[in-house]
Amino acid sequence: MDASRGGALAAAGAPPLAFKGQRHRRLTEGAIGVVLFLCGLVSVLTTIGIVVVLIGESLGFFREVGIVEFLTGTRWAPLFADQAFGILPLLNGTLLIAVGASLVALPVGLLSAIYLSEYATMRVRKIVKPILEVLAGIPTVVYGYFALTFVTPILRFFFPETGIFNAASGAIVVGIMIIPMVSSLSEDALSAVPRGLREAAYGLGATKLEVSTRVVVPAALSGIIASFILAISRAIGETMAVTLAAGATPQMTLSFLESVQTMTAYIVQVSLGETPHGTLEYRTIFAVGLVLFLVTLAMNMLSQRVTRRFREVYE
Amino acid sequence: MTETPITESVADEISGTNEASAGSIIGFDASETVLTTESLGVLYGDTSAVEEITIGIPRNRVVAFIGPSGCGKSTLLRAFNRMNDLIPVARVVGHVLYRGKDLYDPDVDPVEVRRRIGMVFQKPNPFPKSIFDNVAFGLRINGYQGSIEERVEKSLQDAALWDEVKHRLRESALGLSGGQQQRLCIARALAVQPEILLMDEPASALDPIATSKIEDLIDELKRDYTIVIVTHNMQQAARVSDYTAFLYLGKLIEYGETDRLFTNPKEERTEQYITGRFG
Repeated sequence: MDASRGGALAAAGAPPLAFKGQRHRRLTEGAIGVVLFLCGLVSVLTTIGIVVVLIGESLGFFREVGIVEFLTGTRWAPLFADQAFGILPLLNGTLLIAVGASLVALPVGLLSAIYLSEYATMRVRKIVKPILEVLAGIPTVVYGYFALTFVTPILRFFFPETGIFNAASGAIVVGIMIIPMVSSLSEDALSAVPRGLREAAYGLGATKLEVSTRVVVPAALSGIIASFILAISRAIGETMAVTLAAGATPQMTLSFLESVQTMTAYIVQVSLGETPHGTLEYRTIFAVGLVLFLVTLAMNMLSQRVTRRFREVYE
Repeated sequence: MTETPITESVADEISGTNEASAGSIIGFDASETVLTTESLGVLYGDTSAVEEITIGIPRNRVVAFIGPSGCGKSTLLRAFNRMNDLIPVARVVGHVLYRGKDLYDPDVDPVEVRRRIGMVFQKPNPFPKSIFDNVAFGLRINGYQGSIEERVEKSLQDAALWDEVKHRLRESALGLSGGQQQRLCIARALAVQPEILLMDEPASALDPIATSKIEDLIDELKRDYTIVIVTHNMQQAARVSDYTAFLYLGKLIEYGETDRLFTNPKEERTEQYITGRFG
C-alpha cells in the first residue's frame, strides 16, 4: 500500500516525496496517450479501408476484363451496348488537363512566389498572401461555373471551333485553382534559403534578379519541384471543375479545344447515373479509382523523396 | 576632378576638429586613405546603432574594429559596402567617401559598390554549388572578359586553398570543412578583384587551427588589398591588424596604431575593455 502510494523508489528505501496526486497525473498521461492514438488510428484505418474496397471491387472487375485490355485499350465505352474497357482515353483526358493546368500554374505560381519572397515589401506580402490563399478556398464547383460561363465564351471568341465543353477551359481554371498551392509551397522553400547565401551574392555585386535566379531558386529547387509535383497531383485528382468544363467525351486527342473526359469525371458520371450496383459497369469506377489512387500516391511519394533531399542541403 | 579637395578636407577634419579627445583619432594623409567616413550614423527604425563615426581606412593596411557585442562594429562595417540597404528599416546618415565619392549619393549603384568593396561573413556561406562555380559566380555575373579558369585558380591560390581543392573543383563546396569553406568564401570575394575586403568576424565559427590559417592569410592579403576586420577576439585584433578602432555603445571611442592602442590606450574605457574589466 505504502509502496504503491510512494512509488517504486519509496519501496526501494528512498524517502517519500511530499507531493500528492502523482498517481492521478500518471493515469491522465496514459489516458491522453490512448485518446490521441485512437484519433490517429481513424485516418490510418480509413486509408486502409479505402484501399481494401478499391482493390476488392477492382478484383471483381478484372475477373471479367483483362488487365492488358484495360491498360492498353484506346476505347472507353462501358455504358454503351458495344462495350469497351480501355482506360487510355480517360488517362489522355486527365493528362491533357494536368499538362494544361501546369502550363498555367507552374510559371505563374513560381513567379509570384519569387515576387513574394524576394521582391515584395513586408506590407505588400501581408496583403497579397491572404488573397492568394482565398483562391485556394473557393469551392471547386464555382471554378467549374466560372469555366463554363466565362472562360469558354472567351475561348470561343478567339477560336470559334471550340466546343461548349473543352479541355482548355477546364485546364485553365484548374491551373488557377492550383496557383496558390505552387506559390505558397514554393515561397516556403525560397524563404527557407539562408539569408547568408543572399548576402554572399549581394556582396559579390549581384543584382536582385541575379540573386533570385542564380542563388535562391537553385538552392530551393527541390522544394519548388516538390510543390510542382503536389500541384500536378492535385490537378489530376480535381473533379468538379473538370466535369463541368471539359465534359464527358472519352477520346484520344491532343486538342485542347475538344471535349474530353478525365478519370475523375467518369467516376462522377457513373456515381450519379443509373448504373445498377454490383454490375460490371458499376465496378469500372473502382478500377478507374484504383488507377487514380496509384497515380496520385506515386506523385506524393515522389514529392516526399524530393523534399527529403532538399532538407539535407543545409544540415 | 573635384575628388582630391574633398578627400583632403576630410583628412583635415579627421586630424583636427573631432570632438573625441586628442590622439584618439589618427589623421591620415588623404593619399593614404582609401575609405573615409564623415559623421556616419546608422539607424534601425528610430534606434541608433552607430553614430558620429569619423574614421579613415588607410590603403593596404589591416584595420580591426573591436568592442563588446552590440557596440555597432558589424553595422559600421556593413555601412562601408551598403550591405545595410538590404535591411528595410535601416537608414544611414552622414557620408562614406570612397576615392572622394560619397557611396550614398543617389547616383551611386550599390551593386557597383559591393563589387569594389567585397565582404566575408561570420558564418561560412558557400553556395550549394561546386567549388569552381562558387569562385566563378562573381566573375560570371559581372561579365568577366578574361579566362574564368585562370582567375578561379589565382583566387584559390591567393586564398591558400588551391592545393587542397585543385583535384575536386567540380565537387560540392558543402563537402569542405568549415575552415576550407571560409577560405573558399575569401577566394570567391577575391575573384572579382575588390579594392577593399570587409571581414565580419571571419574566424569566429572556426577552430583554432583554421583560425590561424585565416589570420596568416590576412597578413598575405594586405599586400594587394585593404582589409577591415571586425572581431570580438582582442588577441586576434592584436595579431592581424595595423590599426585598431574601439567602439562602445555605437560610438568610436579610440582609434590608433594597434601596438600603441593595446599597450598604451589613451581612453579609460579602452583600457578597461582590453584589460577585460567589461565586455
